[in-house]
Amino acid sequence: MQQIDPMVFVAVFQEMLGLAFWPLIGFILLMVVAVAGIVIRDGRISPRRLVFAQGLGAFGGILAVWAMLWFTSSRATDLLGGPIDWLLTLAIAAAGVIGGAMIVYVALSFGPTSARRSPAP
Amino acid sequence: MASSTERDLTRRSALRLALAGVAAAGWARPGEAAAKVATKARIVIAGAGAAGLAAASRLTQRLDGAQITLIDARRAHFYQPGFTLVAAGLKPKSYAIGATRDYVAAGATLVEDRVVAFHPESNVVVTAGGQRFGYDFLIVATGLQLDYAAIEGMDTRLIGVDGIGSVYGGPDAAEATWRELARFVERGGVGLFHRPETEMKCAGAPLKYAFIADDRLRRAETRRKAELIYAAQNKTLFSVPIVSEKVRMLFEERQIRMAHDHVMTAIDPGRRVATFKTPQGRTEIGYDFVNVIPPMRAPDPVRSSALAWQSGIFAADGWMEVDPATLRHRRFPNVFGIGDVAGVPKGKTAASVKWQVPVAVDHLVASLQGRVSEAAYNGYTSCPLITRIGRAMLVEFDYGNNLTPSFPGVIAPLEELWVSWVMKDIALKPTYLAMLRGQA
Ligand SMILES: Cc1cc2nc3c(=O)[nH]c(=O)nc-3n(C[C@H](O)[C@H](O)[C@H](O)COP(=O)(O)OP(=O)(O)OC[C@H]3O[C@@H](n4cnc5c(N)ncnc54)[C@H](O)[C@@H]3O)c2cc1C
Repeated sequence: MQQIDPMVFVAVFQEMLGLAFWPLIGFILLMVVAVAGIVIRDGRISPRRLVFAQGLGAFGGILAVWAMLWFTSSRATDLLGGPIDWLLTLAIAAAGVIGGAMIVYVALSFGPTSARRSPAP
Repeated sequence: MASSTERDLTRRSALRLALAGVAAAGWARPGEAAAKVATKARIVIAGAGAAGLAAASRLTQRLDGAQITLIDARRAHFYQPGFTLVAAGLKPKSYAIGATRDYVAAGATLVEDRVVAFHPESNVVVTAGGQRFGYDFLIVATGLQLDYAAIEGMDTRLIGVDGIGSVYGGPDAAEATWRELARFVERGGVGLFHRPETEMKCAGAPLKYAFIADDRLRRAETRRKAELIYAAQNKTLFSVPIVSEKVRMLFEERQIRMAHDHVMTAIDPGRRVATFKTPQGRTEIGYDFVNVIPPMRAPDPVRSSALAWQSGIFAADGWMEVDPATLRHRRFPNVFGIGDVAGVPKGKTAASVKWQVPVAVDHLVASLQGRVSEAAYNGYTSCPLITRIGRAMLVEFDYGNNLTPSFPGVIAPLEELWVSWVMKDIALKPTYLAMLRGQA
């Protein structure tokens, strides 16, 4: 009886996030556009900024898993229920890493030295 | 050579096939794929809870010009699956309370009154305020009635006093139950859990609460000070045998003692003793904390009307005599019964409502169109069976006691998983609210 309908997911996420839903979608799109714009502007991906962004992004991953545990009143040991739980944890962490890295990359790119060169060593 | 009508037919079926393809690909929403049906039909929906509100939303999506009237005196809407989380001390009671008005579909009218009589022979319902509503179609979605008075000595005013809790009694009762449980977790003693022998909504909820109590005691490191007893009404713990067996294993592992064939008949709050009817006669069990779950029956106006089953297992408690697959009344074809009030095996959960509503609505719309609907409800029921805070088993099943996992091979129904808990904790309520709006 299960039907897969993407509109159902939109409706459910809208109920879940309430007024934050559209601003959040907007922010995600803005970040994607900003990263793409910066890469096009610079004509390359700055390796220094990328390493820095990934490093800080890792904290984003940890933060995402921690936030999820907090929201769902769970403990770290609850994540070990079965393979699907590890996958979900990984997915949440990955989302945190990617999101965090994008935010850091964009922030660094707007720094004083960003347009000309990567931050000095 | 094909005649023009034949060609027309093949063209139409080709179109239908294409549309079905689009729908299967997930891009068309049921109800939106087809044009709205123009009608002047008067449709009365008695009860604006989960099933009534969802039905009104679906009907307004599919009909144009129908007069849809929802009748319910209760202004607050209760998200009942939330009661368990409130009573677990995880959510405030406001989590389970909304306003009925906020979920009434545009195009439907809410009448804040209570139905006191159903007259299906003359297609009329009468309210407490003395209003009479004639109808072409009637949807009964009044939920069920908690019969606390059937337990001698029990009174809703006792909930939250001297170790008596009752998760089912509403948001206030759920909150009071948490206060009593928290006190019990500190002091220890005997924790008593049970279920009634009648049909009941969310038959997993009594089990969940026993697991939650165990978990709370372990977290507080007071489990040694407590003895937990689960008194089942028959020889099983759950109506689906494979689930019952799994729960038995978990209860044994958690040292929750089981007593079978025990039906609570009386409670003595002064002595803190509950009396049970058993095949061997009456027996008493003392408690320091008890989660009282009363017998459940169809609301009085349904029970005393011609809508109720007249014989068979559902007659005594007055459940509505509907066809299990279509939810259409077996004697009054312009009447449907959905949600908890329906006299069908199992199916008393919000998850069942989600699958029942589109089926009943399609049959109603088909009747307006002079079409026969093929939609059928298979008894789908789902119960995220919490086994500790942070873990649950996503148990889904049908009329035939078959497990019907939504994510076969991915989310195992009989495993205690975090993902199942996450669904119960953060996804169930938004899905439920989207269902009320006819969007899920
Ligand atoms: C503690 C608890 C835990 C639960 N857990 C889950 C869960 O985990 N998952 C799940 O899917 N389900 C769960 N449920 C079950 C779920 O909440 C119900 O099955 C669902 O709400 C049924 O919807 P309904 O519309 O039939 O009844 P309700 O939602 O109860 O609505 C009935 C409405 O009818 C109105 N009414 C009553 N009599 C009259 C009358 N005479 N005239 C007019 N209106 C009337 C009432 O005011 C009410 O608004 C749980 C329930 C409880 C109590």
